[in-house]
Amino acid sequence: MAKEYRTIRNDVALPYQWALGKTWTRFFDGLKEEQIWGTKCTHCSRTYVPARTFCPDCFTDRTEWVPVKPEGKIVSWTLVKATYHGQVKPPPYIIALIQLSGTDCGFHHFIGGVETENIKKLRQKLKKGAKVKAVWNPEKKADIYDIAYFAPVK
Amino acid sequence: MGKAVAIIGTGQTKHGRRSDVCYPDLVRESVTTALQDAGITLKDIDGVVLGTMPSMMEGVSSTHFYFAEAMGALNKPVMKVETCGSTGQSIGHCGYYWVASGMADIVLVVGSEKMSEGDGQATMTTVFDPFFQRTFAAGAPGVFTMQSMEWMYRFNIPEDKGREAAAMISVSNHDNAMDNPHAHIRVRVTMDEVKNARIITYPVRLLDVCPASDGACAVIFASEEKAKKICKKPAWIKGLGFRGEEFFYGESDKAIWMSATEAAKEAYKQAGIRNPLKELDVAEIYNPFTYQEMIFYECLGLCPRGEAPDYVLKGTFKKGGQLPCCPSGGTLCSNPIGATGLIRLAEAALQVTGKAGARQVGGAKLALSHAMGGVDQFNGVTIVGSKL
Repeated sequence: MAKEYRTIRNDVALPYQWALGKTWTRFFDGLKEEQIWGTKCTHCSRTYVPARTFCPDCFTDRTEWVPVKPEGKIVSWTLVKATYHGQVKPPPYIIALIQLSGTDCGFHHFIGGVETENIKKLRQKLKKGAKVKAVWNPEKKADIYDIAYFAPVK
Repeated sequence: MGKAVAIIGTGQTKHGRRSDVCYPDLVRESVTTALQDAGITLKDIDGVVLGTMPSMMEGVSSTHFYFAEAMGALNKPVMKVETCGSTGQSIGHCGYYWVASGMADIVLVVGSEKMSEGDGQATMTTVFDPFFQRTFAAGAPGVFTMQSMEWMYRFNIPEDKGREAAAMISVSNHDNAMDNPHAHIRVRVTMDEVKNARIITYPVRLLDVCPASDGACAVIFASEEKAKKICKKPAWIKGLGFRGEEFFYGESDKAIWMSATEAAKEAYKQAGIRNPLKELDVAEIYNPFTYQEMIFYECLGLCPRGEAPDYVLKGTFKKGGQLPCCPSGGTLCSNPIGATGLIRLAEAALQVTGKAGARQVGGAKLALSHAMGGVDQFNGVTIVGSKL
């Protein structure tokens, strides 16, 4: 047996105060009112959500605010069973990439309101392009959790 | 391309749980091995490049300070480069640029990670933006699994077929690692074991996922003049490509994956490669996840889009197949992340110089190495050959 050498435990925990800026402040203020805001580039016509200060494709700031319906279709998903430090909730839970109606990108969020025990049934419910809609959190704090999750639409 | 550049020496640690050494000693292990391999001393080194994952991984900031002595960097110019998983390719490119520019004759490039000391998934989650996506990251498995699902949906790959091919990739990488004394995981696994392993992020299971490893790799780059003087069999850099894409996951098409596709195209153009599947003799592809390895086969132009599972199932990329991939056992069996992309390059160099021991692909002359980093954001490719 190799000798077991010692280790020393130390934790690094640092506080941060991140600035949202005007675009993302407005975006999160919108969530508080149950409104998802995107921005549409007046040059290339692409719509991104969350809203952007500038168009990532054209690098111009010619963007206009557009309301986005809180519904869309599933691009991809996974059932998370892994655990790690600081994880936001205990597994199992489902994360997904959702293309919201009228937008040109994926929106990252939870899928809820479904049973996770039976994988076959889950796959059937969350098949390619399955429709989902936002379920709002009754208590809002102007952050991403104002949307509790997206649920499949029957 | 700049002036001709060759790899004249490589050094790898035994990768795995290395609680027998502190982090700087682990780094030094790779550096001394590379110097011995090249037959040179620290005096010959003009500059040093280091790369690791973000500082949260081990909790020590700016590790090029921490490793100054271990890398032999005293009184030498030092650079640090970080691009997450693709760090190893980025620092290799940095070493290449430094020598190709004519500003240095010999450069030491070092990549390292000591993942057993921190929380890898928590660290990787900090790579996501703090407002929108970090919550939904679920570490590396979460995002890479969603990419794999997107790819299977896009190309209508049946679940069972994807599962079968991914299991085959796991089995062959584990078999290959048995030939590699540096590899972290050295156990054979069966198809059934892979398919029934516990779920990490469905459909990805434990044996579809790389380990968290401690390890370091050092590679020495030299100018044509120095390489010809010092080294009997250098590995020549034939081409390289590196591309990045949008930060927000979901903003770019990960089933097609522009950065991987274009990085490879650029490297092939420089190397004069038109049909990579035919012309390459071996490839070391960054494969922390079995399903993702198939997306890489397609992006690197080794098979048509959506057909990677068919190619895998007919054995194209296995040992003895048309293009053996990851004869080292790959990232799937050892992943000290900051070192991993450089390990791919070192392994490619060993292959084209006939120094790969039991994992040697007979007569290999042209090899591809690759790594991916961030939230599927960066891809780097380097091609090495036995001839200038």
